Amino acid sequence: MKLENKIWDKAECLSRDEIENIQVQRLRATVKQVMNVPFYAKKFKEIGIGPEDIKSVADVRHLPFTTKTDMRNNYPLGLLAVPKEKVLRFHGSSGTTGKPTFVAYTKNDLEMWSDLVARFLYAGGARPGNTAQISFGYGLFTGGFGLHYGLEKIGSSIIPAASGNTRRQFTLLQDLQPELLVCTPTYALRLIEYMEEEKIPRESLNLKVAFLGSEPWTEDMRLYIEDKLQVNTCNNYGLSEVLGPGISGECVYHTGMHIQEDYFLVECLDPETLEPVPDGQLGELVITALNKEAMPMIRYRTRDLAYLISDTDCPCGRTTKRMSRIKGRSDDMLIIRGVNVFPSQVEEALLQCKDVTPNFLIVLDRPGSLDRSVVKVEMAPAFFSDKMSEMQMLKNRLEETIRSYTGIHFEVDLVQPQSIERFTGKAARVIDNRPKEK
Amino acid sequence: METVKQLSLFLENKPGHVYSICKALGDAGINIYTLTLADTAQFGILRLIVEDAESSKALLEKEGFIVNIADVLAVRIDNQPGRLAQVAEILNKEGINVEYVYAFANRHIFLYRVDNTEKAYQKLISNGFCVLSSHELFNTNK
Repeated sequence: MKLENKIWDKAECLSRDEIENIQVQRLRATVKQVMNVPFYAKKFKEIGIGPEDIKSVADVRHLPFTTKTDMRNNYPLGLLAVPKEKVLRFHGSSGTTGKPTFVAYTKNDLEMWSDLVARFLYAGGARPGNTAQISFGYGLFTGGFGLHYGLEKIGSSIIPAASGNTRRQFTLLQDLQPELLVCTPTYALRLIEYMEEEKIPRESLNLKVAFLGSEPWTEDMRLYIEDKLQVNTCNNYGLSEVLGPGISGECVYHTGMHIQEDYFLVECLDPETLEPVPDGQLGELVITALNKEAMPMIRYRTRDLAYLISDTDCPCGRTTKRMSRIKGRSDDMLIIRGVNVFPSQVEEALLQCKDVTPNFLIVLDRPGSLDRSVVKVEMAPAFFSDKMSEMQMLKNRLEETIRSYTGIHFEVDLVQPQSIERFTGKAARVIDNRPKEK
Repeated sequence: METVKQLSLFLENKPGHVYSICKALGDAGINIYTLTLADTAQFGILRLIVEDAESSKALLEKEGFIVNIADVLAVRIDNQPGRLAQVAEILNKEGINVEYVYAFANRHIFLYRVDNTEKAYQKLISNGFCVLSSHELFNTNK
């Protein structure tokens, strides 16, 4: 299909001066606005900085960082900048200590959010009159609702299929003939696998574009998915702490993800020195939201590693800075089947089961299309019973506890004591055999 | 109450583990009277009857294995139809759950691991079954 190149909002095509002018004004307003959030007010006071000190975009570097730990320390709503009555929606990110962190949206925030999602969907070819199947989970996760309202804004009709039940997904794809598909890249692989197993002919589907996101994926995966599903794929990026999907997204030309610069100031920093790296060089993305009401965000350390692209123009006509795919993490967070998981969560879960911290190792691979997650747990005397029923119960209990801490299923593999390699210093808790970007 | 000490070892499903256990015991001059292996796809439990359970446990732990000791009942059951059923019936009537059972080759001695060892013992002997002590078990074998 020849994909038309059209632009949703003229804000995507401003000159550098115009963009920076908006950014400075909005940054100054944001700094002023967060002065009524005690967390920010205290930090700003310590540094001795206020709205009047923001004179250029570069002045963002005088502001303090916000981290996931800050969000947890201010759980549940300490970072709220409006009265709770003004909040129209809550979302949350998967918890790292069993508890999620909450984010909030006012009416204006939701309006802005759906508009930003509409921008990247439109850039990727979504049009009024299209039908879109959303195979993202709905719920606290920002992906489902985020894409839903963006598509509604464009005027595409929506099949809110949600995640899982692959057989039913195909019933919907075949019977309602959607042109657009929204899911995680690994779920797209699962759909391809199922299609081949069940010998479902490609001609029975009407898919044209797949909007894939919420987990890192690779260029190899793109080629595979585009070949097998015969669709154009568009990558998009976002994280709930800052907004959700809508921070950036690809247009039909695949030249990197266009950053919605009028709403986000994206820095790329060396994760060690926290100094900016030149465009084209890998660094950690640090994002400031420029026009959010309920939960503004100043210099959020995403821990996502990527690089910025500014040396070439995109043929689509958008003038915004672009960013590469996410190449990795600057911390030990794992993304498994679209869910954020920290090895420390697995450790806490295991600790919950007995009074000992067993030695463990997370092994990830992707034998077919979906991630397989295994935790090898070294047997300890406190765990062992000569009764098989108790051993099975132990295994089940470990698996259930890990699920309650991480939100995903890990298969527990009980192994011989001392069989997991010991490391001096920081233990390597993860072996990730999933295909990676070269 | 007469019981026999049984060793249980945790085994990851990998080749060579049973060998290294038998070898370690053999090298130390410890005779294995019988053994049974219960396994799942991921791991197994090896149960052993040896003469000196405590010192064998220490030896195997030194080799890096996780070892438990449990009391099991060594019941002599005649080689006749219906006798095993009779034992099962006694235990069943008392609500005693058999976790597992295995046998001594050629000797008509069965090892029972139950959830209430004391009660099972009393009921079996009061029904005329011979439940052996370690001493009887190991010395009649020689």
